[in-house]
Amino acid sequence: MLDDKDRIFRNLYGLDDWGLDGARRRGAWDGTKAIIEKGRDWIISEMKASGLRGRGGAGFPTGLKWSFMPKDNADGRPSYLVVNADESEPGTCKDREIMRHDPHLLVEGCLIAGCAMGAHVGYIYVRGEFIREREHLQAAIDQAYEAKLIGKDNIHGWPYDLYVAHGAGAYICGEETALLESLEGKKGQPRLKPPFPANVGLYGCPTTVNNVESIAVAPDILRRGASWFAGIGRANNVGTKLYGISGHVNTPCVVEDAMSIPFRELIEKHGGGIRGGWDNLLAIIPGGASCPLIPEADCQDLIMDFDGTKAVKSSFGTAGVIVMDKSTDVVAAIARISYFFKHESCGQCTPCREGTGWMWRVLSRMVEGRAQKREIDMLLEVTKQVEGHTICALGDAAAWPIQGLIRAFRPEIERRIDDFSRKAVVGDQGILDPVHMIAAE
Amino acid sequence: MSVRRLAPKEVQPASFAFTAENLAWAQKQIAQYPDGRQASAVIAILWRAQEQMGGWVSEAAIRHVADMLAMPYIRALEVATFYTMFQLQPVGKKAHVQVCGTTPCMLRGAGDLIEVCKSRIHHDAFHLSADNDFSWEEVECLGACVNAPMVMIWKDTYEDLTADSLGKVLDGFAAGTPPKPGPQHGRQFAAPAGGPTTLKDINALQKPADTPTTHGGGGAALQDADAKRAGESASRRDSPAPQAPAADATQADAPSGDPTPKKTNDTAGAKPGKRKTSPGGAGKGPKK
Repeated sequence: MLDDKDRIFRNLYGLDDWGLDGARRRGAWDGTKAIIEKGRDWIISEMKASGLRGRGGAGFPTGLKWSFMPKDNADGRPSYLVVNADESEPGTCKDREIMRHDPHLLVEGCLIAGCAMGAHVGYIYVRGEFIREREHLQAAIDQAYEAKLIGKDNIHGWPYDLYVAHGAGAYICGEETALLESLEGKKGQPRLKPPFPANVGLYGCPTTVNNVESIAVAPDILRRGASWFAGIGRANNVGTKLYGISGHVNTPCVVEDAMSIPFRELIEKHGGGIRGGWDNLLAIIPGGASCPLIPEADCQDLIMDFDGTKAVKSSFGTAGVIVMDKSTDVVAAIARISYFFKHESCGQCTPCREGTGWMWRVLSRMVEGRAQKREIDMLLEVTKQVEGHTICALGDAAAWPIQGLIRAFRPEIERRIDDFSRKAVVGDQGILDPVHMIAAE
Repeated sequence: MSVRRLAPKEVQPASFAFTAENLAWAQKQIAQYPDGRQASAVIAILWRAQEQMGGWVSEAAIRHVADMLAMPYIRALEVATFYTMFQLQPVGKKAHVQVCGTTPCMLRGAGDLIEVCKSRIHHDAFHLSADNDFSWEEVECLGACVNAPMVMIWKDTYEDLTADSLGKVLDGFAAGTPPKPGPQHGRQFAAPAGGPTTLKDINALQKPADTPTTHGGGGAALQDADAKRAGESASRRDSPAPQAPAADATQADAPSGDPTPKKTNDTAGAKPGKRKTSPGGAGKGPKK
């Protein structure tokens, strides 16, 4: 287990003052000027050396992302840093703790990241539901302004304005280009890429969009040195990480621990163990609802990092683990996720707009077994047709959980179909029952 | 996607105007964005309109905001209908209960909460209760999965609920005395129930460990407990003025620690400095 001194978020549980005084006591805003004075090239090379991979789900190296920003703004377009605090994926609730209990780490990170990418303005886009979190963040920014830590004429010598913007309940705005659209005051419908935001982003200007956690860990990495961060976890999966443990564990929580922690250790140390004992585990969803579930057999030796979850055909996502014990109706659980994606599809691309609803309707019939076995393959086929055929990854995200379900629990679905048809009576119109079709809509 | 339409004409008020205070606030929002990009403020300002109207936006409000931001009406209407936090019809006066029904909450019993809402408020979502005081809806993930199941009422989340404790929360709103937001069975925010498994030493260093549920004084400008009531929200600033800025500015260049620390804070103040001079990782090999 990670040593307490190696933790970055030392007020994760809000036991201490989240304001400026408390943050300073915990080491924030310490030596920021020296870091800024070393210049953007040093910051970027240090971030690259630290091996930090983006914490928003995709795991793109943060230092590399920052280096894509133009070196000079010769064409007169300003650069922007946009922080993605639109944390909306079921199972993920780590950024919330940063914003409400350690907001100064984020504010300081924004200044440093802004310097590294030549941006003098930053926007933090907070999801609409995080109202109290937004208030804390705004209060922290106000404190930083008044202490001249940020602002046009601040003591760090890098003029920097930081603003909080917010959404109003659209999961899709967590996609970076949809977020930019939303920030411009439009519907959050993703843009085609290329051009990438580093070339044409917010207001057509070079923009980098980073996750809250990626930005908030940056100051501590630069203070303590890239080698410190790179020394935690295993190669290519380094650093500390906020894990969210939800679902059927005895003590659900958010906790910061090392990358590459074994899943079992994570659950038993922090989650208080699986409800009903380790053997009662059925499956987990390792990193937010869009990741395919991992059945119990693959959880035994699972390593919680990008490569470890990839090895069992899932993905690390945001490390928001949803645990399901043997009492779970796993088909219903995935059907609910399917409904989530249907609800959150922005409606721009046909495969996603129509496909998410279609997949949910089929899956919700399968919950009760009101289906044909051939439909399982048909459903799988449709997920493949949605995946990769949409502008953004929401189509993929809707397809993966279903693919994971069919991969791991096809016998369960078939058993329900058998059960249902065994109980069916003559005259039962089954799936063609118009009343049922209407109800499913 | 979901189909969302404006409320029927009968319930739409004829006009909408911001209070002077909200208007000034809106101007500040617009000033955050570059010239000509005032449309960026549309969500924030519509949200403020919703707060002023007691929880929903009328067509007149949408048109008013569009005019303010020099946007075509249809663009503002698109925003109001696309983002599901904008309520397009009146909601309960005392509480509009948003129950999270997504998988992590569902696994821990969100279904029971929905049953409570159905029996106590109205069988169907978005319908007002008989006394017009309550309404409810099932929403997609509210981002408090480790505190599941949970509901959100106005600005606050009520977490770690059971059917009973949700009943108590609703009783509180009915009586005009909303309970304290956050986890309803006494745990510390997102820490494991029964006490944190990490960060024990550091808390001991920074402040007495026997006061776990209160924030430190210092710079905390806003406490979670300072819940705002439904109608009150619009007339109060989102971000209370922080304290003691001048002192902070002078401290910025001070070497380390707090000029007037308590004895316990002294060690905490020194700790980051110590860490900086001997970067913890230098000698630390890969974990295990």
